[in-house]
Amino acid sequence: MTELSLKVPAVGSAAETPRATGGREVFLPRDARRQTVFSTLRERLRWPLGIYTTPFVVLIAWEALARAGVLAKTYAPAPTSIVKSAVDLWQQGVLGPDLAISLQRAGIGLAIGLTVGIVTGVLGGLLRSGEYLFNGVVQVLNTIPLLAVLPLMIVWFGIDELTKVLLISFGAGVPMYLNLFAAIRGVDQRLIEMTRTTGAGTWRLVTRVLVPGALPGFLVGLRFSLAYSVLGLVAAETVNADKGLGFLITQGQTYLQTNQVFVGLVIYSLLGLLADQFVRVLERVLLRWRPSYEAA
Amino acid sequence: MSATVAPHSTRPRRQAGAVAEKVIRRFGDRVVLDHLDLTIADEELVVLLGPSGCGKSTLLRLLAGLDRPDGGRVEVPAKRAIVFQADRLLPWQRVLRNVTLGLHGPDADRRARDVLAEVGLAGREKAWPKELSGGEAQRVSLARALVSEPELVLLDEPFAALDAITRLRMHDLVRALRSKHHAAMLLVTHDVDEAIALADRVVVMSNGRISTSHLVELSAADREASIAREELRSALLEDLGLANQH
Repeated sequence: MTELSLKVPAVGSAAETPRATGGREVFLPRDARRQTVFSTLRERLRWPLGIYTTPFVVLIAWEALARAGVLAKTYAPAPTSIVKSAVDLWQQGVLGPDLAISLQRAGIGLAIGLTVGIVTGVLGGLLRSGEYLFNGVVQVLNTIPLLAVLPLMIVWFGIDELTKVLLISFGAGVPMYLNLFAAIRGVDQRLIEMTRTTGAGTWRLVTRVLVPGALPGFLVGLRFSLAYSVLGLVAAETVNADKGLGFLITQGQTYLQTNQVFVGLVIYSLLGLLADQFVRVLERVLLRWRPSYEAA
Repeated sequence: MSATVAPHSTRPRRQAGAVAEKVIRRFGDRVVLDHLDLTIADEELVVLLGPSGCGKSTLLRLLAGLDRPDGGRVEVPAKRAIVFQADRLLPWQRVLRNVTLGLHGPDADRRARDVLAEVGLAGREKAWPKELSGGEAQRVSLARALVSEPELVLLDEPFAALDAITRLRMHDLVRALRSKHHAAMLLVTHDVDEAIALADRVVVMSNGRISTSHLVELSAADREASIAREELRSALLEDLGLANQH
């Protein structure tokens, strides 16, 4: 007995080798681990890139290949030269107005789409009659691809701003309605029941239970709306435009200015990233109560 | 049965905390409540004991007004509150706002603070529900029920999900709160010891009716350990059909 118990490593003496011995594991505080030069160095230099590691690596490789002459300039110009042409375009006074007009379209389209989506989503979520009124229509609209509506919109509204704005708002409104509706209906029935028993009125039920309870779903809807509105922006601008980012890209394509095409694409992707970051900030502020609102 | 209903009163019974008369409730073909009669006197704590699935929670939901009977009559005070088995706190509201959910008026916050202090959670008003332990969360839901000064408090196995030590603490808390809040209480449980620890009267449910009723007139010490306690315990176990196992 005694010999057997001696073989088992005592917790205190195992500080130097916190490895499993004989099918046992020992857990110690992290700072009790032996400090090697390597581990201190690793703690100093924490990996700063996070989720942007792969994009960064791709960029570096791209730049290297372009400089080495593997990638043709008309095919995929080096990232640095894309940045350079963006600066050039800006200094020529082309990029600024194009970006402004695109942002204006996206802004107006989003405003209309989100307003309609939120109002109908709230009515549909809260009221049975609202559900009957809107749900069928939106479900049908949801099955129609955004790009397939474009020809019809051009026939109806011409090739002016109206078509572009409406396409963007269509892209933004539908996902907002669907997510908001599902979110309001998805609020825990037991919480609604509990609220009724406390003697709280309908106003309290809506403001303290249904609205905050539907907020996570609303933010999901917002994410989709922003993404689809950028999609609508691209579609609307690429098909018919004489100014805007889409025009910039089409023009670049026509004159084989691949740099210019890439500048447009990069700006679109930056808009998407910006929208995503915006929703992330909203989530951080509005969903503090959630135990797992953010994994990383 | 110890009926506290005055014989002449057929209309309003002010003195009664809650009355259920010949209540029937069916779910499809299954008759869950079969002409059930139950009267809870003012400031009386009745413990409703029964095996799971016997209709305890159905009766409680009828008294709460969350469900309607298929027959008979239920009369309860308009000012009533429920403590559910799960705490059912709104995760997106801090503790204080959870307690003031059904409250109106300028002194709502102060009243909520007072009740939170009574349940031993002074200083935790700003906590999120996710930061509370199970016992703390159930205390908050108790505070939420008591803050409106109800005349009837319905408790649906409120301590079933808590560990044994926390449950004993909660029993002490319920006893302390009863001396301050003068409300009739109905506590549903399947724990015989909990029933003996808290009840003024224990009613046992079987076959959709109240089968037996035991008045508990024991001192606090006698409830812990005494011959009368053991007799009551074995009587309750017999009522539940568990007598052979002891």
